Amino acid sequence: MFDSLSNRLQDVFANLGREVRLTPETVEIALREIRMALLEADVNFKVVKAFVDKVRDRAVDAEVLKSLSPGQQVVRIVRDEMLALFGDTQGGLPPVSATPRVILMLGLQGSGKTTTTGKLAKWLVKQGKHPIVVSTDVRRPAAIEQLNLVAKQAGVRAHDPAGNLDPVSRASGAMQEARTLGYDTIIVDTAGRLHIDDELMVELEAIKAAVQPTDQLYVADAMTGQDAIKSAGEFNRRVGVTGVVLSKMDGDARGGAALSVVSVVGVPIAFTGSGERLEDLEAFHPDRVVSRVLGMGDVLSLIEKA
Amino acid sequence: MSFFDRLKSSLQKTKDQLFGAFEESAAPAASGGTATVGTRTRRIESADALEEALITCDVGVAATDRIVESVRRKARRGDDLLPLVREEILSILQGAAPPPVTGAHPRVVLIVGVNGTGKTTSIGKLANLLKQEGQKPLVCAADTFRAAAVEQLEIWTRRADVGFVRAQPNSDPAAVVFDAIQSAKARQLDPVLVDTAGRLHTRVNLMKELDKIKRVAAREVEGAPHEVLLVLDATVGQNGVAQAREFMKVSGVNGIILTKLDGTAKGGVAVAIAQDLRLPIRYVGTGEQIDDLVPFNPREYVDALFEDAW
Ligand SMILES: Nc1nc2c(ncn2[C@@H]2O[C@H](COP(=O)(O)OP(=O)(O)OP(=O)(O)O)[C@@H](O)[C@H]2O)c(=O)[nH]1
Ligand SMILES: Nc1nc2c(ncn2[C@@H]2O[C@H](COP(=O)(O)OP(=O)(O)OP(=O)(O)O)[C@@H](O)[C@H]2O)c(=O)[nH]1
Ligand SMILES: [Mg+2]
Ligand SMILES: [Mg+2]
Repeated sequence: MFDSLSNRLQDVFANLGREVRLTPETVEIALREIRMALLEADVNFKVVKAFVDKVRDRAVDAEVLKSLSPGQQVVRIVRDEMLALFGDTQGGLPPVSATPRVILMLGLQGSGKTTTTGKLAKWLVKQGKHPIVVSTDVRRPAAIEQLNLVAKQAGVRAHDPAGNLDPVSRASGAMQEARTLGYDTIIVDTAGRLHIDDELMVELEAIKAAVQPTDQLYVADAMTGQDAIKSAGEFNRRVGVTGVVLSKMDGDARGGAALSVVSVVGVPIAFTGSGERLEDLEAFHPDRVVSRVLGMGDVLSLIEKA
Repeated sequence: MSFFDRLKSSLQKTKDQLFGAFEESAAPAASGGTATVGTRTRRIESADALEEALITCDVGVAATDRIVESVRRKARRGDDLLPLVREEILSILQGAAPPPVTGAHPRVVLIVGVNGTGKTTSIGKLANLLKQEGQKPLVCAADTFRAAAVEQLEIWTRRADVGFVRAQPNSDPAAVVFDAIQSAKARQLDPVLVDTAGRLHTRVNLMKELDKIKRVAAREVEGAPHEVLLVLDATVGQNGVAQAREFMKVSGVNGIILTKLDGTAKGGVAVAIAQDLRLPIRYVGTGEQIDDLVPFNPREYVDALFEDAW
């Protein structure tokens, strides 16, 4: 199966002989391995290219750390660049002054929006907040029932005016109920939609206009491949994305989509989802995702000490 | 400036530089070796461009290497590689195993896959499709876990106007399958289409549950389940291979339903799966309406694979 990047680099440098140093030639060989590893981890092709360029720039004139082998040195640069891409983030939601806080959930079909809505509600309750949720998904069979059940599990209220099948008025109804009854956070679940589905993207724009969200969370499936930049990019262009939730991280996907999505929307990952239960939501830790994409856990700590 | 803006500007200058070694051995194109996207026809003239095209639709590094290698052997200098790679992929897809045949009644079809790929929706569409072909499907709701999964499926079976056996929430999925098969026998319905809960292939316990469903089905009908279809989301990346491998091992998957092809993703990992595991694509999903499921057509798929849809 997949060999971790550091093992690969170790092997490559071992084959070059004992006296290897980081020269433009040896760096180029290492970069080829890095490129391969990132593509296998589903990082987008274009993102990989840009990333490899940045690593090249830094590696060629890197100051030599005696304690690290050339392979480790390159891995360290790769790791640093990746962490830089994810930014200095603590995960979770940024503080807002506006009340109520309005969180709009966005994403493709089946990415995990409804489940994440429930998880987030539960997380907010733990933070001492009083959230209310509302489904604007009037299309997927039983989507409203699904959110109602999830809300019940999370122990929060779901705004659900019987018979109202207008997404915009459902969302504004929830706003009203929140104001009247004193809920401080509203989570608006939306129907899954394709980024190229103009009609539904227009609907999303209308929901956004009605509720003026403070947060627009794009829920991305960690198993997504090369398409991640197109879908996330288009959601960002049309409605804007303020944070990303990376769902289904409990599997064995390498999660390269994390890099692609963050590259294209330029905002931090807020949470990762790691299961179907409502407690399976964690504030994002950049180092964990980086280790995972690179396929190495322990090596990073080794490099850390150098 | 976002990272993406930066990457766009840096793309041009490094192109080819990176794959220098790769290109030398490839048949270099007269035009300089990049993909030329014309107004109508697209040409792929270098191994480099071919690699990009394949990776970009999620075929994956290993399968891409094999395809590029094979095409390169057949190509001559200056050839448009596109027709060659089309034929190559076509032969991979057609080389996958044929659908199983059975004379047993009722035929039992199990639908499996990771979370959110489109299993329940595909069952609704498949029931409709088979009914239109003159069959009398019975749909079985064996997802007793996800919130409102049974209700979701029930709505689909009403739309398709087919038989439905529902489960109590949190009941044993295998028991529901047993009930459904009995009911199909009694009501002369055939096939039985079983919806299962989404599960990651890494969850050992949940995978065992599929094995139990299989055993129960096998006790009730000779050779059941006759078809086990893995529902693969077209947006999935290389993890699709691991999904196929595990679901094949545990639940005997013998075909694929590739969903969400109406988006910009092409599900190219299915090509890698066909190559590695000989698993055929049986149906493709192209939307959320009831008739958005069609039997797989390899030639159309290969054409779509290289279409710049967006
Ligand atoms: N394993 C795992 N499954 C998840 C996770 N998040 C969501 N799911 C599952 O993914 C499937 C789809 O989740 P939903 O919340 O219905 O997705 P959605 O985006 O609301 O789907 P649509 O409304 O149809 O677009 C369900 O089976 C969820 O249980 C996660 O972090 N891990
Ligand atoms: N655009 C598009 N959406 C689809 C297609 N097939 C399914 N969907 C959507 O994908 C989402 C998930 O579909 P489901 O049928 O609930 O998926 P599932 O695999 O049963 O999900 P779980 O049971 O939660 O694992 C829904 O919003 C569907 O409408 C398709 O071919 N195209
Ligand atoms: Mg939903
Ligand atoms: Mg389902």
